Amino acid sequence: MNASHTPRIDVMRSQLGRARGLGSAKTGVDHWWLERMSAVALVPLSGWFVIQVLRLAGAEQQDVVEWGGKPVNASMLLALMVLTFYHMQLGLQVIIDDYVHGKAHLPASLLLKGAALLIGLFAVIAVLKLALAPSTKAGA
Amino acid sequence: MVEFSLPKNSTIGKGRIFPAAPGAKNVKPFRIYRWNPDDGANPVVDTYELDLDKIGPMVLDALIHIKNNVDTTLTFRRSCREGICGSCAMNIDGENTLACLKPIKDVKDAVSIYPLPHMPVVKDLVPDLNGAYAQLRSIEPWLKSDTAPPPDSERRQSIEEREKLDGMWECILCFCCSTSCPSYWWNGDRYLGPATLLAAYRWIADSRDEHTGDRLDALEDPLKLYACRTIMNCTQTCPKGLNPAKAIARIKELQLERKV
Repeated sequence: MNASHTPRIDVMRSQLGRARGLGSAKTGVDHWWLERMSAVALVPLSGWFVIQVLRLAGAEQQDVVEWGGKPVNASMLLALMVLTFYHMQLGLQVIIDDYVHGKAHLPASLLLKGAALLIGLFAVIAVLKLALAPSTKAGA
Repeated sequence: MVEFSLPKNSTIGKGRIFPAAPGAKNVKPFRIYRWNPDDGANPVVDTYELDLDKIGPMVLDALIHIKNNVDTTLTFRRSCREGICGSCAMNIDGENTLACLKPIKDVKDAVSIYPLPHMPVVKDLVPDLNGAYAQLRSIEPWLKSDTAPPPDSERRQSIEEREKLDGMWECILCFCCSTSCPSYWWNGDRYLGPATLLAAYRWIADSRDEHTGDRLDALEDPLKLYACRTIMNCTQTCPKGLNPAKAIARIKELQLERKV
């Protein structure tokens, strides 16, 4: 065996010390539960959205504006947007936890949260714009 | 980042072939991972052609036959040869199991045998499990009770309380489950793994233990517990037919239950 193959021990901390590590973060249950609850809530919301889009297919713009101006539709759309991007953020964070280790973990997590927030805000403002737009129908 | 390919010094080369004796009729090849820390070389896969008429029915019988009659340098752990000690856990035909419980005839074609995946290798089929043992120790797998035991008897349980431990006390700590889990491969330094979490739930569910809350506190962590992604490899591979995934789900339920 030549010198280059001599193993160098660079961690002498005990195995138990390593296993205990920094201890428990006392968090994780909320992330896990909200990821699941948002997924459940998105099932009816997404189904509703698909049906509405199919119904509006080929409609005039003023019909869509009128549809989006109804408080029920605007509320459902807002719930859909907020939960979609919240759920996306929770789910992608799990993937980052799995595959990104070391120094890259924090920047990757922050990038994800920033992107989810901005895209979500964009979607919310688009819905609000539609909801608050003055009706184009004559006499309304 | 996670490593998706083997490091250079772990890529596996071609090994030697040990042919069966001439005249052998019932020959099956066994392709076995070999690595020796002393020769500075990469691991190889050696092929041993064995006459099944001359050996016992289990994969462990084949390994012992090789060690006794073909190649004494082959290194592996074994003790009880009846599925109760957990020593001969290895990856056979792509699945973690106990060599002593795995019938050779269950494997079509060649029998490939590797050490438990994604653990440091000590030699050949012997993985270094010290990290996994330390994780087990970190969850303090022993009875913790502040109430003194009755002076004249053992601590008693009702039949119902005792039944809650079924499916967990049977674990023999072979670590087939933990080393089959991708979450444990990627984050094994912090994720405790199914074997240790099953042991943790065994004490959480024990009616005699009085530190349930402390145990749940110690597990509430994005990685220690919640790195479980319910992949279910643990339950599928357990050679004792236990269900570590269910134990982990129970811990998650209790974490939730105490919040609301």
